[in-house]
Amino acid sequence: MTAPKEWPLWEVFIRGQHGMSHRHVGSLHAVDAEHAIRNARDVYTRRNEGVSIWVVEAAQITASNPSKKGPLYDPAKDKVYRHPTFYDIPEEVGKM
Amino acid sequence: MSQLFEFLLRQGDNALVLGHRMSEWCGVAPALEEDIALANTALDLIGQTQLWLGYAAEVEAAGRTANDLAFRRDAYDFRNMLMVEVPNEDFGRTLMQQFCFDAFQVPWLTALTASSDTRVAEIATKSVKEAAYHLDRSAKTVIALGDGTAESNARMQTALDYLWPYTGEIFADDATDQAMAKAGVAPLPSSLKETWQKTIVQTLSAADLTQPDSTFAHSGGRSGMRHTEHLGHMLATMQVLQRSYPSAVW
Repeated sequence: MTAPKEWPLWEVFIRGQHGMSHRHVGSLHAVDAEHAIRNARDVYTRRNEGVSIWVVEAAQITASNPSKKGPLYDPAKDKVYRHPTFYDIPEEVGKM
Repeated sequence: MSQLFEFLLRQGDNALVLGHRMSEWCGVAPALEEDIALANTALDLIGQTQLWLGYAAEVEAAGRTANDLAFRRDAYDFRNMLMVEVPNEDFGRTLMQQFCFDAFQVPWLTALTASSDTRVAEIATKSVKEAAYHLDRSAKTVIALGDGTAESNARMQTALDYLWPYTGEIFADDATDQAMAKAGVAPLPSSLKETWQKTIVQTLSAADLTQPDSTFAHSGGRSGMRHTEHLGHMLATMQVLQRSYPSAVW
């Protein structure tokens, strides 16, 4: 018997209810996308958490490099004018 | 013993015995994801058992409960088909066993949703959605393993060859089946054989497995006449708490 091959890792996203966006809930192993959906159903929706599941192979995700976080994010810190906080919101608009 | 009671015991015992077999994988399945999936399936089946045996106890009207029926009967009082009581052996046999059962259970429960007995129809309506998911998962796993490596294919073929002689019992109509069909409670099991066979052929061909050519069929589970030696061992484990501490509750 040959050593069992590890199944690829998949990231799981679940939409909790209609109108909400899918949220990352965790990861799991599966042989292919369909298998990953079934596993996600069994691992992450046992308590009625979802109405829709997305899975994506973890290897397909390109992530930003943590060591570059200075050049990537610091420049936005002192640009407060990009936040729409300088407007007076009329009361009848209510919460935004 | 009324025929309806007998019928309900068969329904409940199939779910109970297969559910217990599935639960034996809890913590030892080959992958965490499969472990959870099998535990979910087991819990679905035990949930169905509560409904079937709960109704059986009412029909019997002898003061017994679903728990009494599950934990205080001996092997010869069980009415499950033999196929669900055989030991798990390996993951391949468990999945093949579940697939052969699910392929019957889906059309069977679908038919029961139109039962003349409202309680039967209600239980079937609740259970059939679970069964549909079980079939989807077990069929695809059978295909994945059958059409996998040389070793997984060989194991699935071995499992199929072992289980095949137990499948005939599913469709062997007897007096209880005739009575249920006459009362409109359930169709004759034999009337679903073609549908079952179709699912089996499709899946086995996608799985690169060969349907055994034998028509020999073990029998005796559904009538309680002759269970395999495995059921008693399974019940010894399953019932030990109620046997040692009768009426123990949480």
